[in-house]
Amino acid sequence: MLEIKGLKVDLEDEDKSILKGVDLTVPAGKVHAIMGPNGSGKSTLSYVLSGKDGYEVTGGTATLDGVDLLEMEPEERAAAGLFLAFQYPVEIPGVGNMTFLRTAVNAQRKARGQEELSAGDFLKEVRAKAKDLQIDAEMLKRPVNVGFSGGEKKRNEILQMAMLEPKMCILDETDSGLDVDAMKLVADGVNALRSEGRSFLVITHYQRLLDHIKPDVVHIMANGRIIKTGGPELALEVENNGYADLMAEEA
Amino acid sequence: MALPQRKQDATDARLEGVMLPEGPAWLTKARKAALGRVAAVGLPARRDEYWRFTDPTTLTDAAAITADVLEVEEDPEFSGADALRVVFVDGVFDEGASDDLSAAGVTITRLAQAQDLTWAADLLGTLEERGQQPVERPLAALTTATATDGLLIHVTGQAGMIHLRYDRKDAGADVALHHVVKLDAGAVVTLLESGAGAARFASNMEVDVADGAAFHHVRAQGRDHGRRMNTHTFARIGAEATFKSFTLSVNGALTRNDCIMEILGDDATAHVAGACVGDGEDFHHDDTVFITHDAVGCESRQVFKKVLRNGAVGVFQGKILVKHGAQKTDGYQISQSLLLDGDSQFLAKPELEIYADDVACSHGSTSGAIDEDALFYLRSRGVPEKTATTLLTLSFLAEALQEIADESLADDLRDRLAGWLDRHQH
Repeated sequence: MLEIKGLKVDLEDEDKSILKGVDLTVPAGKVHAIMGPNGSGKSTLSYVLSGKDGYEVTGGTATLDGVDLLEMEPEERAAAGLFLAFQYPVEIPGVGNMTFLRTAVNAQRKARGQEELSAGDFLKEVRAKAKDLQIDAEMLKRPVNVGFSGGEKKRNEILQMAMLEPKMCILDETDSGLDVDAMKLVADGVNALRSEGRSFLVITHYQRLLDHIKPDVVHIMANGRIIKTGGPELALEVENNGYADLMAEEA
Repeated sequence: MALPQRKQDATDARLEGVMLPEGPAWLTKARKAALGRVAAVGLPARRDEYWRFTDPTTLTDAAAITADVLEVEEDPEFSGADALRVVFVDGVFDEGASDDLSAAGVTITRLAQAQDLTWAADLLGTLEERGQQPVERPLAALTTATATDGLLIHVTGQAGMIHLRYDRKDAGADVALHHVVKLDAGAVVTLLESGAGAARFASNMEVDVADGAAFHHVRAQGRDHGRRMNTHTFARIGAEATFKSFTLSVNGALTRNDCIMEILGDDATAHVAGACVGDGEDFHHDDTVFITHDAVGCESRQVFKKVLRNGAVGVFQGKILVKHGAQKTDGYQISQSLLLDGDSQFLAKPELEIYADDVACSHGSTSGAIDEDALFYLRSRGVPEKTATTLLTLSFLAEALQEIADESLADDLRDRLAGWLDRHQH
């Protein structure tokens, strides 16, 4: 599914190296987690994969089902099946959540040569999926993320994920700013989307989220590299001992 | 005091050819007085304080201008509104296209047919004249003097919507219209205006809003490219009365919309808002607003948004004057531009002049580009860059459109803006 080889990335403006050769493979149907201290490059990895401006790839490759991601525009990556759930979802006043969702769904369908969803079919689908995430009709009508609480914003991200049905989902610190109940709701939403054909890359600081979204593999990232890979027990180790030991090991 | 020679010459040249329209004695008197006001101060020139950002030459020249008539497929703005329709073609009343001028709660008389009409005789030209202080507005006086037609609307109760449509057929028409609207205490009316009007179009609207009355105004100034337009709205607002005006401008070589509001009664509300979109160097759009608070506990709002690209120019000059004793005034003013490239220009001059000590007035003005984070967010969901830019531009304009109370009217204008943005993707 997702294959990253030797990925090196600089910050465009500052000539600063952030990713220093990342190797990572997420097979179809698997959930991989990336943990790491602040500034290790986790969020940069998610932005580079989804095509945000401001980063320069200086080496390596990233492919989704064999297709080169790094050459594509962000919207093409989305249509190819990549989805990033943002750490800080953006507020867009004046654009209704429904309008936004429908524009996105139909733009992707069009890019893939599929027919656009009719207004009726779209409405039916979005209502059903919103209900599972406890997103009410009022929230769907409001402008995108405007006035949403932290939990509402994250649930809205998962609703977008559910509607767009991507193959490869990247969750960038989806647990940040969530209380326990909100985290459980979001995790349930993610777990409902787990399937054989869909992979997840869950980026988080804490083991807590991984109690709810159980990963197959855990990677530890530090200083722009994956320094250790293991099973779910690796997350527990980090929770108990912090990153210092692992980083010392690496050094 | 003698005028500067150049101004005197330009004014003489313009006024030389002016023929006052025929009319009853009271109207002729008002027109002559207005012409006197023009002669006394002279026509505007670039060196005048409120014309520094906008060159008035093509509005003041004696020579007429031409502008191609744009053929559009879509229905005119507000066609879906349940309104009494009054149509002017190049400034000439079109009886066949207009509805019968009678409706409940209102009496409507054409200026060109006015005879003895005491209320109009008492009002016409007076709000324009009041609006000449402290800032001279000679173009408004010229319009009062030369307007060949217009509507005299007396609202006595709960009236419905009245839609003034200004169609064009002639590439060279030079038109002036003058409307007077008087709302009795507690009366309500919504006035819609649409269309480019003429190659050169001048219009005045004097609105007298009595205590407890409500005046709603929504205007769309057509899509024609070469036309030049100057409009003046003068409002006198009574206690607990409401005045709300919104203007959409799309294209147009030159637009200057002046709105002069005087709040004279306590607890009144005055809102004026506008949105414009322009593409290219032949787009210049100027909103100039002057709000005088002369009563206690009143609220005023100014919300203006301009989308500019390819060398388009936007201007905003907005003043809030709070007079001595106008306590508990709540004045808000925001003017913002979205510059879609590096070639466009937004010039803003916000002014506050406050003589009362217990007021809340705020103002802000910004110029910016499309928000890169929001653009990336939309694109990461699969929305192509151009569509995302259109959505974010509509998002920018939304705050101004929200000033329109009637949602179906707002939807109509929003659809037109979306259409324009689709046509102008680069």
